[in-house]
Amino acid sequence: MTKTAAMHLSAQDVTLGYGTFLAGTTPYGTFLAGNTPCGRAPVVRGLNFEVEGGEIFVIVGSSGCGKTTLLRGLAGLLPPASGRLLADGTAICATSPDRALVFQDDALLPWRSARRNVELPLAIRGVPRRERAGRAAHWLAQVGLAGQEDRLPRELSGGMRQRVQLARTLAGGPRAILMDEPFGALDAQTRATMQRLLITVWTASPTTVVFVTHDVDEALFLGDRVGVLGAGGLTAMITVPHKRDPGARSAPGVTAARKNILALLGEGAPQGAHNHQTAHAKAPVIAGMG
Amino acid sequence: MTLQSALTAKLDGTPVRSLKPAGNPRASGRYTRSKALRWLVRAVSLAIFLLAWQLLTAEHVHLWLRFTNFPTPIQVAKDFGKQLQTALYWEDVAQSMVRILTGFVLAAVAGVGFGVLVSRSKLAEDLLQPLFEVARPIPAIALVPVAILLFPTNEQGIVFITFAAAFFPILVSTRHAVRALPTVWEDAVRTMGGGRIRVLRSVVLPGVLPGVFGGLSVGMGVAWICVISAEMLSGNFGVGYRTWQAYTIVDYPSVLVGMITIGLLGWVTSSAVELAGRRATRWLPGEARTSR
Repeated sequence: MTKTAAMHLSAQDVTLGYGTFLAGTTPYGTFLAGNTPCGRAPVVRGLNFEVEGGEIFVIVGSSGCGKTTLLRGLAGLLPPASGRLLADGTAICATSPDRALVFQDDALLPWRSARRNVELPLAIRGVPRRERAGRAAHWLAQVGLAGQEDRLPRELSGGMRQRVQLARTLAGGPRAILMDEPFGALDAQTRATMQRLLITVWTASPTTVVFVTHDVDEALFLGDRVGVLGAGGLTAMITVPHKRDPGARSAPGVTAARKNILALLGEGAPQGAHNHQTAHAKAPVIAGMG
Repeated sequence: MTLQSALTAKLDGTPVRSLKPAGNPRASGRYTRSKALRWLVRAVSLAIFLLAWQLLTAEHVHLWLRFTNFPTPIQVAKDFGKQLQTALYWEDVAQSMVRILTGFVLAAVAGVGFGVLVSRSKLAEDLLQPLFEVARPIPAIALVPVAILLFPTNEQGIVFITFAAAFFPILVSTRHAVRALPTVWEDAVRTMGGGRIRVLRSVVLPGVLPGVFGGLSVGMGVAWICVISAEMLSGNFGVGYRTWQAYTIVDYPSVLVGMITIGLLGWVTSSAVELAGRRATRWLPGEARTSR
């Protein structure tokens, strides 16, 4: 495969979420590397999938089924207990600026202004100091935040904070973006705006996107393909009809896909999961249809 | 009574300037008035205290508590005025300040450093934590014999005791602050390609500041207790030594001057720490900042 801008990701028989340490290392192996709180992370088993370069691959699943665990695996924050996670054919064994992770909320450093947050990945990549401000301003303008550069995260709304996070992620120039329910904490209006913004920037600079959500409508609007994550790994893979067409929300193909996914989510609730978790997973869907 | 009112003004006037948050934008007329009222109440409280003290001591009241030999506030104020004009007083103040600042700065650096190390590295935790946990309950002042045995000069011993006193509150609060850091910030920096040093510099050190300043405040308070006690036990000068000296020669007004001096110095230094803390943590959400 030729090395394109976008990254190819794949999982082969992957199990994630067991144990805190890599086999063969001492408990002291992670000097200063921090505590990875994966001891209590949900376990995902039997994962097999391929994500093509430049594709938007959406993973839906109810709460507690291991969506976040899977993304942490792909980011390199959590080594697989068995199987192989590959990025462009190479095993993922550490974090890399090529694979950026976008979080649901509060991932901005609160003591840094919007601009200084966006400058952070530039500093890590070794961009000279005098170039950083200009580049940060460029990315903040891309997400519609020109003029807000000097605000602190606490002075920004939830939607604006997620825009800054998107700008920060894009500034690092990743070849794959892993998004963990990035719009989950936003109101329906802001969420729709953010979805369109994501498509706009993705069209401008196509990267591979792995997008985790429990909102089925969001999945069907954004994705090329939707994977349904259940207790036994990915239980279904659905190719989305009418990709990224806001007018096709009630097209027959989309309606059928939505029904299909909701049915799979209903059955695929993880063992031991409480009923309210399933209900919780469905609630935003109803909100999203309004 | 002029001296007494001068004393009131001094005690009351210092905090107005040192504690007022700089450039408060919410200073509406109503806000300023209620602020002025609160300062008035505070001044009245102090005035009542001084008046009661004056009455009890001037009348040599003996109601189980004995005010028969207790100096009056006017005597104390006169003595204070006299002492302020001597070089000895200021030398003692300077000496105590040098001791406390040296001990405190060393404790801040070591406390934050070891606090971060112990909570970020399991190996360092297992190596150092047992040591710290055994040493922590020992009151710093009980280390005087150790200080005398270990250090060539008295001076170094006193700084060591001050250091030991301030070190543990700073260490413990740093440790808790590091543990309380949301992992999402670290994960974010690591997925941008940041290494350990970057995480330490960009996430851990700025992120623990609010917690660390809590420890610094406590540390400063304990440091004063210990520097004064150490001076009383083994000093040859300093505010604590001078206060104890005054007691041994039955100069009670000077004892009280010493005590007031300690109180004022403690107040100024902990206000400085609090002010620095507020400056350094302006990014905190509103309610956490204005709870004061």
